[in-house]
Amino acid sequence: MNTRDYALSLGDDALVAAQRMGEWIAAAPQIEEDVAVGNIALDLLGQARSLLTYAGSLEDPVRTEDDLAYWRDEREFHNVHLVERSWGVLPERPRDFGVLVARLLVLSTYLCELYDRLSTSTDETLAAVAAKAVKEVDYHRDHATLWVLRLGDGTEESHTRMQAALDAEWPYVAELFDDAWVDPTLVERGVAVLPSTLRDPFDLRIVDVLARATLHLPDVAAAVGGGRRGVHTEQMGYVLAEMQHLTRSHPGATW
Amino acid sequence: MVRVYGNDFAPQDAEPARPAAPAEIEPGLEDFWRIVGADGRIEPRDAMPEDYRRSLVRQIAQHAHSEIIGMQPEGNWIGRAPSLRRKAILMAKVQDEAGHGLYLYAAAETLGVDRADLLDLLHSGRQKYSSIFNYPTLTWADIGAIGWLVDGAAIVNQVPLCRCSYGPYARAMIRVCKEESFHQRQGFEALNTLSHGTPEQRAMAQDAVDRWWWPSLMMFGPHDAESTHSEKSMAWGVKRFSNDDLRQRFVDMTVPQSEALGLTLPDPDLRWNEERGHYDFGEIDFTELFEVIKGNGPCNKQRMAHRRGAHEDGAWAREAATAYAEKQAARKEGSAA
Repeated sequence: MNTRDYALSLGDDALVAAQRMGEWIAAAPQIEEDVAVGNIALDLLGQARSLLTYAGSLEDPVRTEDDLAYWRDEREFHNVHLVERSWGVLPERPRDFGVLVARLLVLSTYLCELYDRLSTSTDETLAAVAAKAVKEVDYHRDHATLWVLRLGDGTEESHTRMQAALDAEWPYVAELFDDAWVDPTLVERGVAVLPSTLRDPFDLRIVDVLARATLHLPDVAAAVGGGRRGVHTEQMGYVLAEMQHLTRSHPGATW
Repeated sequence: MVRVYGNDFAPQDAEPARPAAPAEIEPGLEDFWRIVGADGRIEPRDAMPEDYRRSLVRQIAQHAHSEIIGMQPEGNWIGRAPSLRRKAILMAKVQDEAGHGLYLYAAAETLGVDRADLLDLLHSGRQKYSSIFNYPTLTWADIGAIGWLVDGAAIVNQVPLCRCSYGPYARAMIRVCKEESFHQRQGFEALNTLSHGTPEQRAMAQDAVDRWWWPSLMMFGPHDAESTHSEKSMAWGVKRFSNDDLRQRFVDMTVPQSEALGLTLPDPDLRWNEERGHYDFGEIDFTELFEVIKGNGPCNKQRMAHRRGAHEDGAWAREAATAYAEKQAARKEGSAA
């Protein structure tokens, strides 16, 4: 593993998260939220573009952000499972706003800690991307926190649904903090952040938000991951099918 | 000068309609007619005729609804945008439309109505949105064609509204028009890339223009003689130009742009008329427009079902937000006591 692989994995997290979040635009509970979700998805997409462009620039021959986003197969994507899953808890509710809020809380809290640490990376490009992104995900975390409070401490129904959404997302949290995929020499050289070192500050934040929202930390087992090795959930293929089909139908075309 | 794109124009040759007070002015409305006659702005607290208020609520709400429903046909391609740059542009555009909806609902609220009630009227079918959004977006080129033609037509309709007599609406429209103008350029640029791309991309672009051209012309509404709301709107200084004048302006502006794109517009009767100084164009099949307005367009049911579904699915979250705000207020009061 090298800097390219590291940047690519972080870029894949942001790209797939943005792709999924785009599904909420024009489907949120109120118009303000359509604007907010659009904004968050755009920020994540921007982070993905910077990270993929950087990863591609380290290859020989160089690949562009679009080469990497549109012309890799599922096994070559290294994002965590958390970001690729669909938005439902129950089959009859394929798009549940509670799941969006739960995932956004988890993802933005993790990304805040990650980008904050990465902004002092010895790799100047990663440091610059992270320094810009940390301000964005800080807003995402605020936004998610406000909704967790409203839903957790709102009505009885919203409390139940918010807790169910957290319980559904929680098995996919552990994979974010798995160290196995990060080359220790990258950490030693100060390029990469060891994911497990982000867990304590992450937990502190989450425990505080959940307590204020009258919710509890889910007591569920971690799911078997695999995203960092390119082993995904069954849903990932559909995400890529949607994202890539037009581009792949026209090899060599520019858009 | 060929205007390749950009529609930040003030209509030049068609004379704007002058507001006209009735022969007998209702007591209490003297200031209203004086302000309107002097091309001033009516503000929310000013006295105004009840039908002026009602008509503006209808028009602004319909406009707001159009922005919100308009997110759907374009949102349809966010997941499939063929490059990350195009995906970012499209996401930002659809997000802008939600923002336009917000300004416009806020402008309508200054007239004493509530956004939630207006949304109920939309969801129950008692208020309309622009029929153009009942057409499907079938290929990526439709995103370019909507930007170029639909946003282009919207701008021609909306630029005069920046000077309309109701202040909050006029001010909202200034901001909306700036962003729409940007969208129109992006649409033109997307379509230009396709029309100068591979033969398949070029065919995709031509097909999209073939399908969106006539519906775009219908966005200006029926011919002046059949337009039901026009006369009063003009007297009130809300509407400045007739449907047919605006449509002509759109055609005149768009034909040279189509030439720059290297695409043809699907009208065999389209030609420059030296004498008139305008392009002549073919007869519009309004029977189709009226069918779409009645609810029989390709996507009417789908758009409404999606809109209602999002609203209903989100009810629990909105209720939670209200309940939480009430609890917070009560806690604040409790701690203050």
